[in-house]
Amino acid sequence: MAAEGDGPLLTVTIAPDRWVDLARFAKETLGCLYFNFLSAVDWKEEGLEVIARVENLDVGLALMMKTRLGAGQTACASLVPLYRGADWMERECYDMFGIRFEGHPDLRRILLPQDWEGHPLLKSYAVDTPYPPYR
Amino acid sequence: MEMKAPTPQIPPAVWTEFKDLQEWEKYRRERPEGDKHSALFESVTEGIHHFPGGFVVTSVADAFLNWARKSSVWPVTFGLACCAIEMMATFASRFDVERLGMVPWASPRHSDLMIVSGTVTIKMAPMLERIYDQMPDPKWAVSMGSCANSGGPFRHGYHVVKGVDRVIPVDVYVPGCPPPPESLLNGLLLLQEQIAHFRKTGRRAAPTAKID
Repeated sequence: MAAEGDGPLLTVTIAPDRWVDLARFAKETLGCLYFNFLSAVDWKEEGLEVIARVENLDVGLALMMKTRLGAGQTACASLVPLYRGADWMERECYDMFGIRFEGHPDLRRILLPQDWEGHPLLKSYAVDTPYPPYR
Repeated sequence: MEMKAPTPQIPPAVWTEFKDLQEWEKYRRERPEGDKHSALFESVTEGIHHFPGGFVVTSVADAFLNWARKSSVWPVTFGLACCAIEMMATFASRFDVERLGMVPWASPRHSDLMIVSGTVTIKMAPMLERIYDQMPDPKWAVSMGSCANSGGPFRHGYHVVKGVDRVIPVDVYVPGCPPPPESLLNGLLLLQEQIAHFRKTGRRAAPTAKID
């Protein structure tokens, strides 16, 4: 726990199968109604880590939720039924990392063209991957 | 703490394909040399030029048409990134490109020049190509800034076209990151010089040396 702003910042790491439970706890018990962001980290052979931050703006509580998906795993539960703001964040996460959020109503690419191959923020993505016809 | 949360209602967005854009790209593939004159026009001007004494006619016509072209180069308003700020400063009253006969025009149909001011992403490149195709011939393109010249600082990114000359033919490259309005003005003057040296009404001159 570390002080940030006017309230505490909690960081909770949880197993991926309890991901939605933690989010529901944060929303309904802690009152974290503000969905700040959702992103991911590629830890190479250790697998992907999904990070989300929700906040209770009334009391200044910030909760950082983390989950390790495990090596080779790309499936994660979607937070969209709980937080509507997670929609585009999870689409971007799918776009850049290839994480498939199960339960997302409309999971497709948001920033890159729809016919793009690969997920560029993965460490295994070569920087100069050719993309026809312009390079 | 009890707080009532709104129930999420997410309408599914419908992905509509740009059928129109695909038709434009097909048209462009069938006509790769879009900025050339028609073969009929070219053969007629060649015939007049090689007729005895005919070079006087073509030279005078060249001089007149090139004077007219270079005196009213209308750039299409097309800003992509931070270079567009410098482009706007060039268009504004302090640097005042209207004394060169340039009017920033908000339609590609009436424009002669495209100033590619900024980073061209791979997703944006078909739209840029389409706007360039919509401009009437003869038309010119100025690549403004390092990003449009070669990809610039984003050259090793996954999403950047490494130079706009991979998408459209470029006449003048303006270096800088971003180029100040004086640089862009210099590039526009170089472009006018190129236009003035067209021979037989519209042959494209060699582009300036490329500086990354």
